[in-house]
Amino acid sequence: MSAVIDDHGHAGHDHHHGPAKGLSRWLLTTNHKDIGSMYLWFSFCAFLLGGSMAMVIRAELFQPGLQIVQPEFFNQMTTMHGLIMVFGAVMPAFVGLANWMIPLMIGAPDMALPRMNNFSFWLLPAAFGLLVRTLFMEGGGPNFGWTFYAPLSTTYAPESVTFFIFAIHLMGISSIMGAINVVATVLNLRAPGMTLMKMPLFVWTWLITAFLLIAVMPVLAGVVTMMLMDIHFGTSFFSAAGGGDPVLFQHVFWFFGHPEVYIMILPAFGAVSSIIPAFSRKPLFGYTSMVYATGAIAFLSFIVWAHHMFTVGIPLTGELFFMYATMLIAVPTGVKVFNWVSTMWRGSLTFEAPMLFAVAFVILFSIGGFSGLMLAIAPADFQYHDTYFVVAHFHYVLVPGAIFGIFASAYYWLPKWTGHMYDETLAKLHFWMSFIGMNLAFFPMHFVGLAGMPRRIPDYNMMFANFNMISSVGAFMFGATQLLFLFIVIKCIRGGPAAAAKPWDGAEGLEWSVPSPAPYHTFTTPPDMHTLHEHRTGPKHD
Amino acid sequence: MSTELPLARLVRRLLFVVVAMFAFGFALVPIYDVMCKAFGINGKTAGAYQGAQTVDEAREVRVQFLATNAAGMVWEFGPVDDQLRVHPGASQEIRFIAYNPTDKPMSAQAVPSVSPSKAAAYFHKTECFCFTQQVLQPGERIEMPVRFIVDRDLPADVHHLTLAYTLFDITSRQPPVAVLPATPAKESLQ
Repeated sequence: MSAVIDDHGHAGHDHHHGPAKGLSRWLLTTNHKDIGSMYLWFSFCAFLLGGSMAMVIRAELFQPGLQIVQPEFFNQMTTMHGLIMVFGAVMPAFVGLANWMIPLMIGAPDMALPRMNNFSFWLLPAAFGLLVRTLFMEGGGPNFGWTFYAPLSTTYAPESVTFFIFAIHLMGISSIMGAINVVATVLNLRAPGMTLMKMPLFVWTWLITAFLLIAVMPVLAGVVTMMLMDIHFGTSFFSAAGGGDPVLFQHVFWFFGHPEVYIMILPAFGAVSSIIPAFSRKPLFGYTSMVYATGAIAFLSFIVWAHHMFTVGIPLTGELFFMYATMLIAVPTGVKVFNWVSTMWRGSLTFEAPMLFAVAFVILFSIGGFSGLMLAIAPADFQYHDTYFVVAHFHYVLVPGAIFGIFASAYYWLPKWTGHMYDETLAKLHFWMSFIGMNLAFFPMHFVGLAGMPRRIPDYNMMFANFNMISSVGAFMFGATQLLFLFIVIKCIRGGPAAAAKPWDGAEGLEWSVPSPAPYHTFTTPPDMHTLHEHRTGPKHD
Repeated sequence: MSTELPLARLVRRLLFVVVAMFAFGFALVPIYDVMCKAFGINGKTAGAYQGAQTVDEAREVRVQFLATNAAGMVWEFGPVDDQLRVHPGASQEIRFIAYNPTDKPMSAQAVPSVSPSKAAAYFHKTECFCFTQQVLQPGERIEMPVRFIVDRDLPADVHHLTLAYTLFDITSRQPPVAVLPATPAKESLQ
């Protein structure tokens, strides 16, 4: 699992013990780099598992008619794919990046609460063990969609729903602890001189993400608790028979769910804001506006939730409010896209793998943003609602948004993590295969969605056959390519050209002031902030 | 590190936010009801209405009645008339009939809803079987009255509204102990 165990003989850190040997190192570790690595590996496993479920879905949708799986199992696949990708792949990947990079970026020796850090990681295997186990239970696993709307998830749920609820509880606790840790680290452990407005944007976006998590994960815990009580303790939160209301579920869920969308994208914004300047060899354009835009997006995310529910019958004024509030989000997001493009403008661009993924991120995320604007138009949403257009939209923001952001981060910081350069040729192949596969898979979904193909259905009208076949081919291509990513990472861990402390000549930030691979303990004495001085004030190219 | 104390305080505050947000999730339940009531949305009607209004003879609106069984409910359930023409302000009565065709006693709860939802706040029920639960013995049939007043202030663009009842089987939640004398149509004053 990693080259961070390599001895490095860095004189300043000799008095520290290295990592423990064997399994107990990983079970008991409180080291932010170990925990970060575990998070990243966990997330990659979940990515492959959730991805293989997507392959089942696309295989079934390769042709109209039922070929491979039964509708019941298809429903479980769509549900588990969503749950595992959201809670198992994307969120832990960002927590892993935060663990690895935030202490290095702000000059802290570790996370502020290292033991809680260990606990919050080890809750995840327990949570996903519970969740995945449900697939093998009588009655099958969750089949009500990742949004688990009541009464599908209460009155009509399979028996295994209780395990699903506890899994959500556990991963919620894990996320909340991770978020508290990030806030405590960022607010308390910054090196002297590292003021808030000098922090790299990845730290900023994560700080704001952490506040979002602290605010909404408890609401998610609350909504699944209400489900649990409805199912087992005879309450009627969501049951009209007892005076409750299923629509209430959707309100509470989306009060969590919409900020959750930004939880999955803001850290990627931050990472890309480090990567684009590095490969443009220019400082980031509009740092301050980036910080405020992130804050604005986070605030707006709390007042737009009902745009997921335009069709449930909210009053006209409500539709208008949520429509305009949603469209307002395009403003701070537009500020960000503008800043990224301006950073590249007249830069000395090179296109190594991190930059390729980052540029694709900007372009494709914007496409996803625009389809989001289309969906925000309340009267039009009545046509788009629950069609493949929605599927196309959120895959365009999550795959080239969150996932490409994670790939870009991984390639950008792999030399720091492993001490080796990755194979650039293979990485570029990985990029182009992912880029083509992803667009093949998701772009045609816009068309079938606009033509009325409903989501979450294992069969479809003959007229959608060609586009669905293209989607499936693209999805298989994208899925298979991720095994190449695994190979590249393993190859990079095992060897490769030695990486300099700062392998990217345009990169800025404290993390490049420690050797590669990063020693097991870093910044046990706070760094000299003069090395950071060029971080924002101006380019000083090596 | 000199951050020992602030760290503990910071974490305590963050934990407080976590607990507060968990509570807020539950607080959304009454907030939702209050909002629905305040804005008259979701077609939810208020409880028993007390009061009388003068009749607006000049205006006439159509009130349609719908009865639906929730999934799993086997009673025969429906209104005696599909619709009534009423003058706003006038007290009207419509009867619904329920019949339990099974061989066991059952209890049921009817949940009303008015559409268009903006009219819900102007639809007053002075008496309704939905205010109580119904218990029917095997093979029993009852007539259940609803007495209502359509408010004089009903928006002028509403010419016709629908009162829909969904009947839920709540036998498992509320075992049919014969609390209510079920035979005659109840004349309870709310």
